[in-house]
Amino acid sequence: MKKLLIGNEAVSRGLYEGGIELVSSYPGTPSTEITEFLAKYDDIHSEWAPNEKVALEVVFGASLSGVRAACAMKHVGLNVAADPLFTLSYTGVTGGIVVCVADDPAAHSSQNEQDSRHYAIGAKLPMLEPSDSAEAYEFSKSAFELSEKFDTPVLLRMCTRVAHSQSIVDVGERQASERIPYEKNAAKYVMMPANAKKRHVAVEERMKALKEFAENCPYNKAEYADSDIGVITSGTSYEYIKEVFGDTISILKIGMPNPLPDKLIIDFAAKVKKLYVIEELDPIIENHCRTLGLKPIGKEKFSLLGEFSQETVAKAFNFPQKPIVKTDAEVPARPPMMCSGCPHRGIYYTLAKNKITVIGDIGCYTLGAVPPLNAVDSVLCMGASVSGIHGFLHGSPDAQKNKTVAVIGDSTFIHSGVTGLINIAYNGSASTVIILDNSITGMTGHQQNPTTGFNIKGDPAGKVDLESLCRAVGINSVRVVDPYNLKQCDEVIKEELAKDEPSVIISRRPCVLLKHVKTAPPLKVNADKCRSCKRCMGLGCPSISMKNGKATIDETLCVGCGVCGELCAFGAIEERNV
Amino acid sequence: MKTVNIMIVGVGGQGTLLASKVLGKVMLEEGYDVKVSEVHGMSQRGGSVVTYVRFGDKVYSPIVTEGEADYILAFEKAEAARWIKNLKRGGKLIVNTQEIDPMPVIIGSAVYPSDVLAELKAKGVDLDALDALAIAKRAGSAKAVNVVLLARFAKLLDIPEEKWLAALKDTVAPKFLELNEKAFALGYDA
Repeated sequence: MKKLLIGNEAVSRGLYEGGIELVSSYPGTPSTEITEFLAKYDDIHSEWAPNEKVALEVVFGASLSGVRAACAMKHVGLNVAADPLFTLSYTGVTGGIVVCVADDPAAHSSQNEQDSRHYAIGAKLPMLEPSDSAEAYEFSKSAFELSEKFDTPVLLRMCTRVAHSQSIVDVGERQASERIPYEKNAAKYVMMPANAKKRHVAVEERMKALKEFAENCPYNKAEYADSDIGVITSGTSYEYIKEVFGDTISILKIGMPNPLPDKLIIDFAAKVKKLYVIEELDPIIENHCRTLGLKPIGKEKFSLLGEFSQETVAKAFNFPQKPIVKTDAEVPARPPMMCSGCPHRGIYYTLAKNKITVIGDIGCYTLGAVPPLNAVDSVLCMGASVSGIHGFLHGSPDAQKNKTVAVIGDSTFIHSGVTGLINIAYNGSASTVIILDNSITGMTGHQQNPTTGFNIKGDPAGKVDLESLCRAVGINSVRVVDPYNLKQCDEVIKEELAKDEPSVIISRRPCVLLKHVKTAPPLKVNADKCRSCKRCMGLGCPSISMKNGKATIDETLCVGCGVCGELCAFGAIEERNV
Repeated sequence: MKTVNIMIVGVGGQGTLLASKVLGKVMLEEGYDVKVSEVHGMSQRGGSVVTYVRFGDKVYSPIVTEGEADYILAFEKAEAARWIKNLKRGGKLIVNTQEIDPMPVIIGSAVYPSDVLAELKAKGVDLDALDALAIAKRAGSAKAVNVVLLARFAKLLDIPEEKWLAALKDTVAPKFLELNEKAFALGYDA
């Protein structure tokens, strides 16, 4: 049946039909929907793991037991899962393993633009790379067989434009996969030095066999047309090239970027006069061509940065620019921002007001870094706030020590903040860590996590008690505040910063976008009382703006959180029915 | 048939994704090859959002670049101005006259380009401006702006109204169907 599916749903359908029995993932844009769609199938086990390393290790265990399993993560998530990944390459699989990794060229929702193909090369694993939903479906469906045939995990590389673009998929039926009975095999699965050295031999032999396979596999295809121009490409770049050239040039489309097919590439290059390699991010195919003695035109014409488009290709080949209409008006930027009533705002306002240095983390609350709050000093990776503040305090003069906090969300804290907190307690720094507990994984679109009390299906589940967890690792001062109560936030933050011991402040209020959260009626500004001091504007609330010299509140956006009312010295912010 | 390029632009939270979903469904039913592209995540938090819808005999790229859009459906005025460079010569802009201040305007570091539609008109842009917010409110909810604009666009194509309504029914939650049908009817005949 033909359906219009986003790439991620196509992957989940392919994995489902391919016989997946278990999926374990940590959410991360643009990979999240792969797991969300798999969770809709009740005949397989699905779960949100605390982080990507746990997820991949769960998948390893499921494979060891003899069933097919997969996980999905964003590119930086694979950094977290890299430890099991590299040795899983040595153990190989029993039940097939597919590791879906979604890159984010242009960093639409990420802290960097890393290219996951380096992992396939580094860990010596086959990688598949679809260019649209139909391929995402086909490649995913066949990936388990590939995994079992070559005794290897298979990486499936997505990118934002494939993951979040819809195209037509002709879906089929689920194939039952037989569980492979578990047999103890220490030489294969106990990776201590003597065994690992032998398995390394197996890995190299497997890569040789995969290289042979790559020459004639269904994932790579050469389209021969005019011989003047030949382009080697992969992923979404293929679509842009076809958009510009149609069937008029020769194209070698690489659907399996590791290992690359040497003979296929050399034969293709020999048949064309001018050879190009067009690939987003790093010159992986291009550099490989150079090792084969070829001299393609690549990164000198096609950027290492960001996403491509048909325009990128058209420009590089000197097609005339399309006529456009431009406005003379200066269009203001519209950056993302914290929502009206966002519980993070009160904490950031307090931190900014007291000129606190904030070692930040990854989530919606990264948005505390943008104007007018400008409250965040650093954001590196998941968990780095808690580990980072400890090092920062050791290197800082005394005056800075009572002026610095780490800020991290509930899900990110469980992902990799708690290890940093153990380090703070163990190695003794007077760090103050603020956990923004909004009862959900927010930025990726509301996923449950171990602190919410619900599992991926929304059913009741084990719940981490954050206060007890923090105390258990050795933090004696653990306080809870309501971020809508500015006075309380101000007092508690000041008190905890003054202490000469580590402390945790849990700022607790659920994300205002959660369906079960009841919001208050919108507030209004009494224009007679408003003195135009703009103090409320310092919150950076999208509901508040200055109109005709007075503050006004947009009734369609305001959720009545009342934080602005606490700030107003003139009592100008009132309930609407007053 | 030549590929038709549509852009749906607006502000995170305005429901551009629903409009593209209905549009994609209709074109799939009509037997076209279809691609729809959107970006999730960070950009949804009140930021500028853009969705591309392309349909025709064979569609390769999922995105629409400068000078390529046959139609731009702008859910917000400043977003129309931001993306007008993507309109094809002879393309059509359907624009909601609603103004939503972005943060730089709210905090006073930038000015909202209120007069931009007059400028675009003077530059020869085929422009259909309407107060979709007022129409949506008449239908029963400010949130139905997306369906009002979709209906306004639907009327331009040679596809019967019932097909749009069927796709709408497949896409929205049953409890919001009546509201959305009303919004569609008002937008279609506006």
